[in-house]
Amino acid sequence: MKRISRDHKVRNFHQAKWDEPIIFELSNEGERGILVPEAEEEIVKVVGDGVSKIPESMKREKLPNLPEINQKRVLMHYLRLSQETLGGDLNIEIGQGTCTMKYNPKINEYIARMPEMTELHPLQDESTVQGILEIIYKTDLCMREISGMDQFTFQPGGGSQAIFTMASIVRKYHREHGEENQRDEIITTVYSHPSDAAAPATKGYKVITIMPDEEGYPDYEAFKNAVSERTAAFFVANPEDTGVFNPRIKEFTDLVRKAGGLNCYDQANANGLLGVTRAKEAGFDMCFFNLHKTFSTPHGCGGPGGGALGVVKELIDYLPKPIVGFKDGKYFLNYDLDKSIGKVRLFNGVPQTVLKAYAWIMSLGAEGLYEVAKVAVLNNNYLFKKLLEHKGVDAPYIRGKQRVEQVRYTLEKLAEDTGISTEDIARRVMDFGMHYWTSHHPYYVPEPITLEPTETPSKEDLDEYIRTLHHIFDEAYENPEIIKNAPHRSTIHKIDESSFDDPEKWAPTWRVYLRKTEEE
Amino acid sequence: MTIDGYKNHPYIPNSVEKVQKEMLKELGLETLEDLHEGIPEELKFKSKIDLPEPYKSEYELRKDMEKTLRKNKTCRDYINFLGAGCWQHYVPAICDEINSRSEFLTAYAGEPYNDHGRFQTLFEYQSLVAELVDMDVVNVPTFDWAQAAATSIRMAARITGREEALVVGTIDKEKLLIIQNYCDPIVDIILVDYDKKTGAMDLDDLKDKISENTAAVYFENPSFLGFIENQGQKISDIAHNIGAISIVGVDPSSLGILAPPSHYGADIICGDLQPLGIHMNYGGGQSGFISTRDEEKFVMEFPSRLFGIAPTIVEGEYGFGDVAYERTSFGNLREKGKEFVGTQTALWGITAGVYLSLMGPKGMYELGQNIMQKSQYTINELNKIKGVKGSKFNSINFKEFVVDFNDTNKTVEEINKKLLEKGIFGGKDLSKDFPEFGQCALYCVTEIHLKEDIDKLIDSLKETIEG
Repeated sequence: MKRISRDHKVRNFHQAKWDEPIIFELSNEGERGILVPEAEEEIVKVVGDGVSKIPESMKREKLPNLPEINQKRVLMHYLRLSQETLGGDLNIEIGQGTCTMKYNPKINEYIARMPEMTELHPLQDESTVQGILEIIYKTDLCMREISGMDQFTFQPGGGSQAIFTMASIVRKYHREHGEENQRDEIITTVYSHPSDAAAPATKGYKVITIMPDEEGYPDYEAFKNAVSERTAAFFVANPEDTGVFNPRIKEFTDLVRKAGGLNCYDQANANGLLGVTRAKEAGFDMCFFNLHKTFSTPHGCGGPGGGALGVVKELIDYLPKPIVGFKDGKYFLNYDLDKSIGKVRLFNGVPQTVLKAYAWIMSLGAEGLYEVAKVAVLNNNYLFKKLLEHKGVDAPYIRGKQRVEQVRYTLEKLAEDTGISTEDIARRVMDFGMHYWTSHHPYYVPEPITLEPTETPSKEDLDEYIRTLHHIFDEAYENPEIIKNAPHRSTIHKIDESSFDDPEKWAPTWRVYLRKTEEE
Repeated sequence: MTIDGYKNHPYIPNSVEKVQKEMLKELGLETLEDLHEGIPEELKFKSKIDLPEPYKSEYELRKDMEKTLRKNKTCRDYINFLGAGCWQHYVPAICDEINSRSEFLTAYAGEPYNDHGRFQTLFEYQSLVAELVDMDVVNVPTFDWAQAAATSIRMAARITGREEALVVGTIDKEKLLIIQNYCDPIVDIILVDYDKKTGAMDLDDLKDKISENTAAVYFENPSFLGFIENQGQKISDIAHNIGAISIVGVDPSSLGILAPPSHYGADIICGDLQPLGIHMNYGGGQSGFISTRDEEKFVMEFPSRLFGIAPTIVEGEYGFGDVAYERTSFGNLREKGKEFVGTQTALWGITAGVYLSLMGPKGMYELGQNIMQKSQYTINELNKIKGVKGSKFNSINFKEFVVDFNDTNKTVEEINKKLLEKGIFGGKDLSKDFPEFGQCALYCVTEIHLKEDIDKLIDSLKETIEG
């Protein structure tokens, strides 16, 4: 037998393609997926059928048009669809910049799925939930150390809800100080997450967006001019989504403080900073971490995640109720917050996410978190250097200097040379079992790619990712057609997107699709 | 000071020093301390953050975390009658099987090409819930019912250009706090009174309060207090007559037997997906949905993502993508988009889709019927206890009901304490949220309660109250 050659430089990948119908197409009259327990005979004897008592106007006349499918077929359907999803566990997940797609340890998931977590009702007596309250409380203590803040709440269900909570605290704070109407503006920067603009706007604020200077730092002069007696707060990420850390951040927060505003830190990009620098020393009054980013809890296709929101002492009373306290050897829910904004998420947030984050912190400790930050930055700068070795690839701002945990690259030159856009390449990356993301909109960096390796990939993983992108960049120059028609080895081919913005044609559900395609 | 770091950690492949040296050399650096050059010295944290010592192995982590969690008493160990927005239902094994799949659990924001399965499952979830509520458009899930209700109200305010919403007075007070905070300072929330005997909305009060400033009327079915509000069409008509929007919050587990709100005039329907195959998770299982008709004026006001189906360049292939993406804050408009969008509860949307696929029309009917029978039985038996009224309101209930203990000479707090000693979580004490009720509790009975569980509750209450 001849030795099998394994010389190919890029992965010979093919995504699963099951050609699975839409669930409604699997329906066969009479099939059952699961049986529901029946009420016992003695109960029926007492109350009868139970449903004839429903007022006529409130009876459902026709059963809902749900499909009827046997259990195995339902399982098969969803397993097949799962195989057509490229989860972080399966690929070298470097391409979803700003999202910190690190490894989600299986042990943490295992623990979080114990009935002692899943089968807890949120209104149980405090004496019966001491275990989970202890975990929430101890996570709070860890977060205080990591950030320098004085109290955390875990009520927000994600980063954007945490930003909205900060905006709510800002409004309440200025209301208490009689300046609510005067302070109607918030300031953010263009490379902070769009929710840093959108969530305060939802809270009724006018948004001032600071553009970058030539080096990519938020323009200090523009910022200085924007700060005034109308400033309610400053919402910013640092480093921003470019991976550029604003070294003058303290001057920014000082300006806002002197003008009477609050400083709110979006720490979505905290992964490279753990144990290195903290919110408190940079002059922030509030900050939040995404537990599903920095603290390793899984993203679940877009939640449930967790927004851990910390505040300085002066703002504790404004937090949503309740927070977890500890007194006389017992953990308890503290509702005694007299300026509270009220509530942002039902009950106590997403406790199973807090549990997973706690397990992660306790697997690493202070030394481990520091190592996470160092390696995340090492991996990023390694990737950065290697990618820039290819022609047509660049990254604007602070030339020759390090980035923190991610970089927003530009393929402007490559696009000019070849006519291939970053979106074309995003589709082609899929052919190698990987993924990359361009950027939030609008594209302030032309033809962008945003990559964040985190501490998770090994050097081999990084090298494979680099090799694959270089291979595709070569293709752009040598064989652009293969990119234009990509993907070739995905579950599906290029989508006809023309219906998505046309109210006559869009189909956000199966029933709408059936109706709108009937005549054709 | 130099911090050592934690070398050879299983979660950090490049914490191996040999590899680090190699990579640092590529960058022309000597040590890890040469990284972070962009962070000014005065901002660097000079000492080691003060955290507990980490567990030295996965085994020790698991052992200790299990020990801590076992301090909890679960609804498997105890018989649970708590509901109030988070309900204990049976979770089919396949729901957990699917939502623990690595592919779904660890995916996030991939394109329709790498995440075809994620797009299809969420499109299917939207389509299944659309059938349940008999409406055309359903969103990728929001945080919870309260957020869904708050966003529904904000949508109505934008559609009508008005600044007030009338909200049913029997609403959950926690949910009300969330709605108020979310609407402040854009939309004023005004409560509508309710009939003291039936709990139903007081239509005279509604007519008094509604005006040309009213963007929406929001009510629920079943109500927070469990009774079925059967004036739905009348309420919707009153709203429509003045150009306001009718919003109805709904418990989807009731929709096998109860008419969906779209049949009595609702323009927007919202609710919680948690009862559809999602564990309670101490409140971490909540997940909200919003549904509207397929009209541009509604669709364009959703802040959430909406996944739509479309053809690909290959005949016979389904593709998916975002419907009207530009309306969201992810689009080019940023803060000029509709509210904001971000990580919410997509995995629970997928799970609810799995649940509805398993249940089918008959399963949802039988679930509803079972709950009706068992809750009526419980009320019936409670009425036999001296001084206890099984249902404070003389309406028909679904799943939950207000038990009146005023004539027992005992507080709900005292009663619940006794029940706890007997292995029972009694219903939610309403004396703080609804002081006008005196000593009442909100009880929840679902398909998971066996006759013996209910009988144990009755016997325990008898012992506690009658002595």
